[in-house]
Amino acid sequence: MRARKKRKPASYGFGFLDENAKKEIRRAVLKAVAIPGYQVPYASREMPIARGFGTGGLQITLSLLGDDDAVKVIDQGSDESVNAANLRKFFALVCPGVTETTRTADASVIQTRHRIPERALRADQILVFQVPYPDPLVLVEANAGKRREMHGAANYARLWTKLYEDMVTFDEITISHRYPTRIAGHYVIDPSPIPRWDVPKLDQADCLYLFGAGREKRIYAVPPHTTAEPLSFSDVPFRVEDFTDAKGQRRTCARCGATDSFLDELLGADGSRTWACSDTDYCNDILEAARCDRSSKSAA
Amino acid sequence: MSYVAIKGGAHAIAQSNRLLDALRALGGDNSPIEAATIETQLPLLHGRVLSEGGLYHPTLAALALKQSLGDPLEAAFMLRAYRSTQPRLATTPIHDTSRMRLIRRISAAFKDIPGGQMLGPAPDYLQRLFRFDLLDEDQPTFKALARDWLDNLAEEELPSTFPKVVEALRAEGLLAEADPIDDEPFDITRAPLVFPVPRSAALATMARGETGGLLALAYSNMRGYGDVHPTVGELRVGYLPITLPHPVTGEPIEAGEVLITECEIVAMYEEADGGAKPTFTLGYGACFGHNEVKAIAMAILDRSMQAGRTHGPKNPSEDAEFVLLHVDGIESMGFCTHYKMPHYITFQSDLDRLRTTQAKQVARPGKKDQTNAR
Repeated sequence: MRARKKRKPASYGFGFLDENAKKEIRRAVLKAVAIPGYQVPYASREMPIARGFGTGGLQITLSLLGDDDAVKVIDQGSDESVNAANLRKFFALVCPGVTETTRTADASVIQTRHRIPERALRADQILVFQVPYPDPLVLVEANAGKRREMHGAANYARLWTKLYEDMVTFDEITISHRYPTRIAGHYVIDPSPIPRWDVPKLDQADCLYLFGAGREKRIYAVPPHTTAEPLSFSDVPFRVEDFTDAKGQRRTCARCGATDSFLDELLGADGSRTWACSDTDYCNDILEAARCDRSSKSAA
Repeated sequence: MSYVAIKGGAHAIAQSNRLLDALRALGGDNSPIEAATIETQLPLLHGRVLSEGGLYHPTLAALALKQSLGDPLEAAFMLRAYRSTQPRLATTPIHDTSRMRLIRRISAAFKDIPGGQMLGPAPDYLQRLFRFDLLDEDQPTFKALARDWLDNLAEEELPSTFPKVVEALRAEGLLAEADPIDDEPFDITRAPLVFPVPRSAALATMARGETGGLLALAYSNMRGYGDVHPTVGELRVGYLPITLPHPVTGEPIEAGEVLITECEIVAMYEEADGGAKPTFTLGYGACFGHNEVKAIAMAILDRSMQAGRTHGPKNPSEDAEFVLLHVDGIESMGFCTHYKMPHYITFQSDLDRLRTTQAKQVARPGKKDQTNAR
């Protein structure tokens, strides 16, 4: 994240945003790290991609990148998803010198929409989330002013009530993604629309998680080695997505055979269903390891 | 296998972008539309983009319309994104709109006003009938339009300033004195809206708000979800001289002029505090370009939000948070279009919840499913 060395002549400057804007965003990030889970308001800039397409994450990433960084962009776990491809194209245009990678292990900054990579990230890595709704209380309170007061008092009673009412009505907590998660024992965050599968990865991680909501103009963070607890009752444990089939077997990835990853359900033209890893880099890794394993065996 | 469905994104979007660009030329063998033509012949559309883009750059606004195939939301968005790359250089002094070089000025409150009513160019009294001959307009006839107008213009010395109608009301004590002016106006491009926000933040947000969004909320008030009952005290359209502090001396210098529309609405009086006489109340609207609907709608919403602030909001149009967070076209359009992006993961989670819930409700009563805690 060292400052750039040379500026490529272009009609837009390095990192697109003007330097003051980047400085302001980094300040908001520092404040967010200092108060884990607190939503820091900031003057979100309009970006050349639409609001809702990751402008919050994009502003954080642009304000962090220097030309010694390697950036990876995923959407739905995939580097090839249209939005990820589009953002990567934008980074290539406005951040000359920054290395682009699809390999999770090689990236210093990863911008993501809807997933956390399957393999745990290291202390020298930052994961930047694109956030549509920064406030978990929007489920139960539309007025932003009232929500601020509720956060200040750590008053999450109405969220708990919502969970309880779910149990009464459906015998299940119906929150599928964006699962409310309590950070460092105080603020409850909306961890962005990641599946419940990814929520446990927020807890006591080595890496820094940064969340940027561009349209709603908020930045928040889960710093390394911080507790992150999904809201749950002592007799109703938090549960992640269930990938067992009707026979009680864990489904496997049709491509790499993994049985420990979040799976995409794919509908075939004949109505058949297959399942495959959503994290494409993880899937490739497993395939590659299997190939190496085979070739070393055949060599021996 | 179907896995490839999410591969090839980069190539697909590159081709999609190419096709969108080619669409400009695929329609026929017309010559490309010039940015200057958009600016001069579609000035109302062009002005709307300037206003909603929040950056007075006529050339780029025209280019934005050309690039966006005439979509005003997309065009304003392009201008707004460009604005993010520009630093803030200075804060201007307050601009005196009585110094505007007017092209139009009306009051619905008085038959005659100091300086006179000046209808100027307006569609209000057009009969919305087609002029089919314009389908095949030739160059000489088109050129003659401007020439005939200019040749037959009466020589008339116009005053350089026109007094404001609302000042006459103030002088009579019928309208409250203007609020004291904040030292530093709230800059919505440098600070987020955290409610409650000062009036300057509300005005700035609406000034670059989306015309249709402002109109819908103002119309709700006009129809009965609110009670502003406005009278247009004055509506003026013209060129406002822009003064900037000199970069070296700091002295104010005139740097150019911008076309704006300004509207002041007068609303019914309210009970005054502490035994003072009741007075009419004021709503203010102003925006870049010639856009009267936007200026009037904004003035009504300014008034309704002030009422909401004093008495507590009783209707959506009186609730500053509701109005200001929903009138920005760049934000609302962006979020609306984002639903087209892949949502495979969240939908997979939704499926998981629904299947589990269905299984449980069928299995009821008593049967517990296996937990999969992690």
